[in-house]
Amino acid sequence: MLGIRIHGRGGQGAVVASKILAKAYFRQGLFVQAFPAFGMERRGAPVAAYVRVDVTRARARGEITNPDVCVVLDPKLLELVDVTKGLASESILILNYPVASNAPTFKAVGIQAVVNANEIALTHGLGSRLAPIVNTVILGAYAKVVRKPLLEMQNLIEAIKESVPSKQKQNAAAAYQAYELVEIQEKI
Amino acid sequence: MKKVIMGTEAAALAAVLARVQVVAAYPITPQTVTVEELSNYVATGELEAEFLSVESEHSAMAACVGASATGCRTFTATSSHGLALMHEMLHHAAGGRLPIVMLNANRALSPPWNLYCDHTDSLSQRDTGWIQLYCSDVQDVLDSILIAYKVAEQAMLPIMINLDGFYLTHTSEIVDIPSQMEVDRYLPAYQPAEKVDPDAPSTYGAVCGADLYASLKCRRQKDMLAVEEAWLEAANDFANAFGRLHPTVEAYMSEDAEVVIVTIGTAGGAALLAAQSLRREGVAAGSLRLGLIRPFPKRSFTEAVKGAKHIVVLDRDISFGAEGIVAQEIKACLYGRSFAQVHGFVAGIGGNDITPEKLIEMVRQALSGTGDSVFLGESTWVEVIV
Repeated sequence: MLGIRIHGRGGQGAVVASKILAKAYFRQGLFVQAFPAFGMERRGAPVAAYVRVDVTRARARGEITNPDVCVVLDPKLLELVDVTKGLASESILILNYPVASNAPTFKAVGIQAVVNANEIALTHGLGSRLAPIVNTVILGAYAKVVRKPLLEMQNLIEAIKESVPSKQKQNAAAAYQAYELVEIQEKI
Repeated sequence: MKKVIMGTEAAALAAVLARVQVVAAYPITPQTVTVEELSNYVATGELEAEFLSVESEHSAMAACVGASATGCRTFTATSSHGLALMHEMLHHAAGGRLPIVMLNANRALSPPWNLYCDHTDSLSQRDTGWIQLYCSDVQDVLDSILIAYKVAEQAMLPIMINLDGFYLTHTSEIVDIPSQMEVDRYLPAYQPAEKVDPDAPSTYGAVCGADLYASLKCRRQKDMLAVEEAWLEAANDFANAFGRLHPTVEAYMSEDAEVVIVTIGTAGGAALLAAQSLRREGVAAGSLRLGLIRPFPKRSFTEAVKGAKHIVVLDRDISFGAEGIVAQEIKACLYGRSFAQVHGFVAGIGGNDITPEKLIEMVRQALSGTGDSVFLGESTWVEVIV
């Protein structure tokens, strides 16, 4: 099973991102389950969403305690939430961070990838400077970084179209740009 | 056609496929999406139905009672406090022999305020005369609503379809959505034997004395007890048409099990994984998920656990001053029929995840009689500070 955890804030689209990933992998014939953990369900409060991807139907539910991939939508969350909780030396961490070289390094994980999703979102008119909408952007980076199982960009774009009612072209273009721009820091 | 959708979306789709004619509902977390979707389906004309936006859940059920009495296929959805507010009308729907189908998203009752999964809301409505079913996954939600109309309209009794708050309401899974043509074949239009008709007036729910009152209640009990078999039959028809079986109890390796973990709702998945794990360690474990809880599926249940020495019951609910409600049901069912020891555990209330690891620990505690959990009344509470 591939377990994915997405950290965001209420209103940032972490839950939608989890559904997009589920729908994209479903297009590749895999079994999927997406589940949100809202906490106190308030706009701006930290939220997490989980995705299970497998070759058989998932029987487990709820939080994934040892995810293979962790995605962080908001750089400020790194100060609030232990995003490496449950991650291991083979895990992948994907961060939205303004400058890759300034991003904190998390030693616990095998691969750390950084993309300036805020900037890409604004370039494509997704959200505002104070509240950029980065969920589809960071999924473009995800498709580049996560290789097993490989997520075809075409399936990701179709899933975005299915889940995001407005600015579909901009969301797709932003995802492609993140795919190109993400910086992958692999540890040896 | 297969799609990735949430439990609340699956429920709304099921109501559309069942061609419900009246929807009266009030939104409440975590059921809200069902009401939003249905309102939208009616607005776009995809569902030809009367959508009644009511001012409370009591009114929602009152409107459903009225609509169903006129012979319309009727649907509503609620959760937690909304269900509690309906309480009086639940009796009215069952006593009026009205085949209403209602979705209930299982959620904790306040205080303290909590939006997450807990079964006390529906289990505390156990004695209102509604058939109660608990779903295991999102497909189960869609399919069970279709089966429910078949059973309800045959038994002339209302059915509450329960789905775990968030674990099903907000979880997206792959769902096989049947075509309208296939559903129409399985579930033809509702043809009531009797209905309120202004052109042929008659009296319903009139005052009556003890003799007739008791007889009517006794007949209702007889019809309610027949529902276990009726459900199995309707589920078999469904399996023949759609290839998916939704039995009254879902047993896994229980035939030769010494210890069986019993759950309702989504925890059945974790129980199955726990049983697999325990088997690998040499413990003869099995699992059983109760689908129906009213009527209690006595025949299927006793048959499935007949060899068990220990039954570990997970309750995501509590009857204060007694114990977990599912454990009570199981003890009542097995009394005089089995020597199995019933070990009740109260866990996962107010939103705690139920994992295979937690269930394995419960089995260990039950078999060894030791552990650092809190034993109160007849139940063991886990993950609590007292």
